[in-house]
Amino acid sequence: MSKLNRPSAATSTLTYVWLAVAAVVLLFPVLLTLVGGFLPSSALLRQPPDLIGGYTLDSYLDAIRQVAVPLFPAFLNSLFVGVTIMVAHLVTSALAAYALVFLRTPLKTPLFLLILATIMVPYEAIVVPNSLFVRSLGFGDSRFSLVLPFLASGFGVFLLRQAFRQFPGELKDAATIDGCGHLRFLFTILLPGCRPAIAALTVWSFLQGWNMYFWPLIVSTTNDSLNTLQTAVFALRSNESAAPGLLLAGITITLVPTLLLVVFGQRWLVRGFTAGAVK
Amino acid sequence: MTRHASPPSTAAPPVEPVPGAESGTGSRSYLRRLGGRELPLAVVFLAPAVLGLGLFVIFPLFPAVFLATRGSDIIGSPTRYVGLRHFAELLTPEFGQVLWHTLAFTLIVVVAGVLLPLALAVPLSQRLPGMRVFRSLFTLPFAYSASAAAVVWLLMVDPGTSPINWVLRLVGIAAPGWTTDSNWALVTVAGVTVWMVSGFNLLVLSAGLAGLDEEVLEAATLDGSAGVRHFLSVVLPMISPSVFFVVVTTTLTALQSLGQPQVMTDGGPNGSTSTLVYSIFNQAFHNNNSNYGLASAQGLVLLIIGVLLAAVQFGVIERRVHYR
Repeated sequence: MSKLNRPSAATSTLTYVWLAVAAVVLLFPVLLTLVGGFLPSSALLRQPPDLIGGYTLDSYLDAIRQVAVPLFPAFLNSLFVGVTIMVAHLVTSALAAYALVFLRTPLKTPLFLLILATIMVPYEAIVVPNSLFVRSLGFGDSRFSLVLPFLASGFGVFLLRQAFRQFPGELKDAATIDGCGHLRFLFTILLPGCRPAIAALTVWSFLQGWNMYFWPLIVSTTNDSLNTLQTAVFALRSNESAAPGLLLAGITITLVPTLLLVVFGQRWLVRGFTAGAVK
Repeated sequence: MTRHASPPSTAAPPVEPVPGAESGTGSRSYLRRLGGRELPLAVVFLAPAVLGLGLFVIFPLFPAVFLATRGSDIIGSPTRYVGLRHFAELLTPEFGQVLWHTLAFTLIVVVAGVLLPLALAVPLSQRLPGMRVFRSLFTLPFAYSASAAAVVWLLMVDPGTSPINWVLRLVGIAAPGWTTDSNWALVTVAGVTVWMVSGFNLLVLSAGLAGLDEEVLEAATLDGSAGVRHFLSVVLPMISPSVFFVVVTTTLTALQSLGQPQVMTDGGPNGSTSTLVYSIFNQAFHNNNSNYGLASAQGLVLLIIGVLLAAVQFGVIERRVHYR
């Protein structure tokens, strides 16, 4: 039997000790976030913070009630950004990848290379012209300015093209011969058949949108009502740095969807994401 | 018109399924005839992605160059042509410092942000009870946005409440000024980034380890391969695609980090956490600086770094990485 299959007693003891130490160090900030929101700030201002007992909902209520950085509109903005970017990435990537794989598209290779090239442009490199451009389009005060530059994704096209290429060609031919049009084939056969890649792109795009920071920070400097939860966290920290309970309650609110996705969606993410790179 | 005599060429598509499917060639030519109607569809399908990427990724490269050669008035509108003045400003010691901080930050994040998850993923790949629970727990930092992680870690290192300082005091070590000492601030900010990337990197490396060929591992073990050498000469080469993937994504994440230095230290103290992306933010958007020209020039430097990294990535992926 290989060593990998059955570790010796000494090895497994060492493993547990190391993992326990690492867990204490790496997960303490997570524990502090999740528990701290249910504590009065006075318990958190001690050294070390007192995480046991005295739980209360006051910090959550304070976080919701305070008006300096309203969290409910920020939540709606974050939801809008996450969902819009997710849906837009799925639609634009699926259609483009379909044209690149199944349609007789002229200039197929140059177009694909152009789309691929956009992956290596860090968006911070073009954030200045983009912010001037979006402002000049007159979207400055609308929610759309939060998502406009991010509706298409070179990575999304790349990921779905890889998945579509692995779809059996005979099935495509059979569907066409049965009179199945392109749209019906795409939505009823191809997309369900490429579920791992679709799931990975869905999770990845939502996380990207929800956790985006630089762009909303720029957009919301001129207009507070465009704060997302991520920029609201920064604004809260500037306003309420003496109230760690309130800060942690606010952060926990921003973490709810992402924690759920990371815990329950991680398998899809890895399977679809690393299919090409990790084999 | 049709080289193969099979289905009759009519203007309307045949209502019945083509019977020539078993021959292969018949169905192929039928499919080919459908192709004539594909061009409009292809244009419609490609338009959203090409427009989105063209307008907001490729097109802005031109105004970026334009802006980099112009001055800016007080609200940031481009003014007269200033030639290469902004690029000359990139040759100053100040910008050299920014590049140095970016390099140091990226190196710390990539080295520690890959080694730490690797040191967790390898023991986690053993068949022991509880490993799945541990693995799920270790991925949790992946859920944090830059600003959320930065604010939580500010509480972790605040001298008044820091649990880290408390532990250090117990063992008799005086804690440094994590975010206030200019020798430590960059390390602190990089450490927070390591924590943020460790979750996703652990996921990828664990997937790589789970996909290992058990027979090869057993053969190596039977041949007496064990311990560190077993890991370095058998396991590591076999998971090199995962390691490489993680190195590339972590490098890009590190290069593009804004929230950690901006929220935790605001580029300070004394500019010691001013990285390239922080500097772009600072020149263009911080305190209404509106120095769009210099920020655009710095953006072009970031673009060149991104393209160089991509080139290295393609070069390495072809030659060095072991694929089955």
